[in-house]
Amino acid sequence: MLINQFLLLGAALFSLGVYGVLSRRNAVLVLLSVELMLAAVNINLVAFDIMNQDPQAGGQIFALFVIAVAAAEVGIGLAIVLMIYRNRRSANVDELDLMKL
Amino acid sequence: MVLGVTFGDWIGEIENWVYAAIAIAMVYGAFRVVTTKNVVHAALYLVITLGGSAALFLLLGAEFVAWTLVLVYIGAIVVLFLFGIMITRAPLGYETKLSHPMRVRVGAALVSGALFLLVGGSLLDAYGSDPVPVAADATRTATIGQSIFDRFVIPFEVISFVLLAALIGGIVIARRDPEDAAVGKTEVGA
Repeated sequence: MLINQFLLLGAALFSLGVYGVLSRRNAVLVLLSVELMLAAVNINLVAFDIMNQDPQAGGQIFALFVIAVAAAEVGIGLAIVLMIYRNRRSANVDELDLMKL
Repeated sequence: MVLGVTFGDWIGEIENWVYAAIAIAMVYGAFRVVTTKNVVHAALYLVITLGGSAALFLLLGAEFVAWTLVLVYIGAIVVLFLFGIMITRAPLGYETKLSHPMRVRVGAALVSGALFLLVGGSLLDAYGSDPVPVAADATRTATIGQSIFDRFVIPFEVISFVLLAALIGGIVIARRDPEDAAVGKTEVGA
């Protein structure tokens, strides 16, 4: 197996995640696209770890930390979206412009 | 694009067949996450992508990361997403448009396409056809455990604080105001 097949797959998933973040209007779907990007990063980390045959599995541990931080971020992000929905009855990111000049 | 290994050689190995099947499913799932018109379907397509990446980790021999991903990512984070989707649905069941208008989407597609070409081009240039030497046996969980408490013990402690802060922060952000609760006022989605 080539290293590039994993890296290119990670690049494709990351690009699709970027497309999702830019094009989606619902806040939950934006968070889902961010999760796609984090999944792509995990693939890269583990692929490089296996390629370098790290005896301490540093890449895999980094991937574990990415998963943990993603869990924390999704919890907080959904709490914020929930509060916004409570106050405004809509999860549309276009309507969050109170801080615009 | 000149790679050192030909397509015929690449297809000859059975691992690459498995990889190709998983990768096609993952890219399709990811594509549907960002284009589907149904919010719940988007979360479920993400399960396909995450499950595919767990399968790829198994292919590479990173077993602990693969099963942790299934447990934590698919088992907890996607379920949390489904809760969030349920709570923030429009009340009458109609779906407002989920994506920006076509103008914005075309711009987004151009940006992400350019990003993929840039990154992909530099990857092909940098790594060409370097192989991945998958070890004969999978990475042992004991190795990961020893590393976490030996070399990575400080990030491990820091991640505990991060999760604690996220837990407290999530509760504080999403709870009802105490005076509203005392008055008995209920809100949408509460």
